[in-house]
Amino acid sequence: MAVAAPARADERMAKPRFTDRLIAAPEIGALLGAVLVFVFFSVVTDQFLSPLGVSTWLDDSSTLGIMGVAVALLMIGGEFDLSAGVMTASTSLVTAMLATQAGWNVWLALLASLAFALAVGAFNGWLVMKTGLPSFIVTLGTFLALQGLNLGITRLVTGTVQVSGMRSTDGYESAGALFASTVDIGGTQFQISIVWWIIVAAVAAWVLVRTKFGNWIFAVGGSLQSSRAVGVPVVRTKILLFMTTAFAGWIVGSINILRFASVQANQGIGLELQYIIAAVVGGCLLTGGFGSAVGAAIGALIFGMARQGIVFARWDSDWFMLFLGVMLLAAVLVNNTFRRRAERVRR
Amino acid sequence: MKSLKAKSLTLKKWMLGLAAGLVLTACSGPTADKPATTGAADAPAQGGDLRIAVITHGSAGDAFWNVVKNGSEAAGKQLGVKVEYNSDGDPGAQSKLIDNAVAQKVGGLVVSMANPEALKTSIQNAVKAGIPVITINSGEDRSAEFGALAHVGQSEGLAGQGAGQRLKAAGKTKLLCVIHEAGNVGQNQRCDGAKQSFGDVQTLQVDINNPTDAQARLKAALQSDPSIDAVLALNSQVAAGAVTAAKGANSKAQVATFDLNADVVAAIKDGSILFAVDQQQYEQGYLPIVFLKLYKDNANTIGGGKPVQTGPGFVDKSNVDAIAPYAQRGTR
Repeated sequence: MAVAAPARADERMAKPRFTDRLIAAPEIGALLGAVLVFVFFSVVTDQFLSPLGVSTWLDDSSTLGIMGVAVALLMIGGEFDLSAGVMTASTSLVTAMLATQAGWNVWLALLASLAFALAVGAFNGWLVMKTGLPSFIVTLGTFLALQGLNLGITRLVTGTVQVSGMRSTDGYESAGALFASTVDIGGTQFQISIVWWIIVAAVAAWVLVRTKFGNWIFAVGGSLQSSRAVGVPVVRTKILLFMTTAFAGWIVGSINILRFASVQANQGIGLELQYIIAAVVGGCLLTGGFGSAVGAAIGALIFGMARQGIVFARWDSDWFMLFLGVMLLAAVLVNNTFRRRAERVRR
Repeated sequence: MKSLKAKSLTLKKWMLGLAAGLVLTACSGPTADKPATTGAADAPAQGGDLRIAVITHGSAGDAFWNVVKNGSEAAGKQLGVKVEYNSDGDPGAQSKLIDNAVAQKVGGLVVSMANPEALKTSIQNAVKAGIPVITINSGEDRSAEFGALAHVGQSEGLAGQGAGQRLKAAGKTKLLCVIHEAGNVGQNQRCDGAKQSFGDVQTLQVDINNPTDAQARLKAALQSDPSIDAVLALNSQVAAGAVTAAKGANSKAQVATFDLNADVVAAIKDGSILFAVDQQQYEQGYLPIVFLKLYKDNANTIGGGKPVQTGPGFVDKSNVDAIAPYAQRGTR
């Protein structure tokens, strides 16, 4: 008489509890951090919450967020892109030089710089996959190369180190409406880059969580060998990811050149670290395979709120970097704790 | 796949809502080149404490900008004005700091315009909001156009010409002009100015953030061309490196520089640096605070649309002793 084993559902099929699911979400630490920073500066300063104040820190977060989201996808896919910061300047320079020096219509110049960006992104991805070298090294190379090209070509063509005069080019106003206009909400001007930020984050989050390509990104970042074994198109996925950061660089470059109407040859250098910081604060692992696009967008928001909040709080700017560093460490530590708990929940 | 379809439906709805929201709210594009609108800053703010934001393009920890900051803070203390100093070398980030000051409704704004085009909108927004703006250091030719009350600075081209003249008078024939910030227009203008008055000028690009590399590159440049008999540095730190480099390369080149610090003062005393072009940036920090205070209390303006020149002053062996103590305490 055999005793029937107690009916036990396969644990993999079980629906996790809501709280467990919440803890396991990579962006939860960032969200808590954002709330904390938001409340802190709202209480400490007068103008942080005023409409004009809000538009200021949202503006600061937006371009960082656009890049942060793309960099997060790439990092989940297990790679870095150190050329991302300089790419924002390179695309600006291509657009500006074609429009002001060659007399192209701005829209045409934007298309050309888009093609340029995608080509560099594809080159990055192709070289990483072809050589098997760490992307850290490969994109460090393109970072330096682009930096040199930016300065060299700018000086060669214009005789100086800035390209300006965008305001009097063909198509400046219509292209500017798309990339650099402001939206009036209750008498306060909000930069259109904030809308771009939201759209990019939403699209990236959707791709990552809801599409096959999103699964591939997690797969190639989590375990390259096994994803190859189950037929994930590894090379294509990674090249597309590098093209995505380049594309985001083009969006930000276009926003910058149309908004500020001039570009400096050394712009963008060092920003690549800020993008990685935004992604990491947002819950991405430096080792790949884990993270979230929404988290990276929130990571950028924390950065922007803190950077402008410190000014609103009228603290001596000498201490600015110290505060930023302490805050980032705190955010990452909180994230780390949550991730460990998340991993326990998953097991 | 029912759930997926439902999701995409809600997504569509959401996108529609977003689009509708965007259509409903008034959009305004960036403005193209048009005749500048002036005015708005005619009525000085009345009553209350005066708070002034000083926003420069200097990097944190730069000795030159530290003197500007000291000037602003000293004037603030003496006049009972609250002065807040912030800086960012990236033009986009600097414009956001200006937006931030406007959001705080400061009583006055002092801005250095290394990249006027990028700051245009932010400065004009400040002027529109009724905040009096004074530009300093760079961007004098665009200052009035943007609606600033006045400009306080040194015309870089003129200063470069002055330096070139002095070097020519000292009997020099071939000059190396050292640019240490790749994206800085003012530095290029200085070298161009020197070219106009001096003649045979080469430029060399070094990185101010890496003094070892800067010195090595200078040494190599001097070694490879022994006919160079003068070096014009555009920064006091680079000047000190240039003196060492010239010694190391066994070059006869003598060094002149822009801007002072304690090292340069000592080097002028012992003759290893010929002279320093001093733009007296302490005044660029100090004077705008005074001007804004006068504007607020008495509706005074200064310069009548012409820039207020703080330089070039020249410091050489003849006057270095008088100036040394001030360089020591960070005000020259």
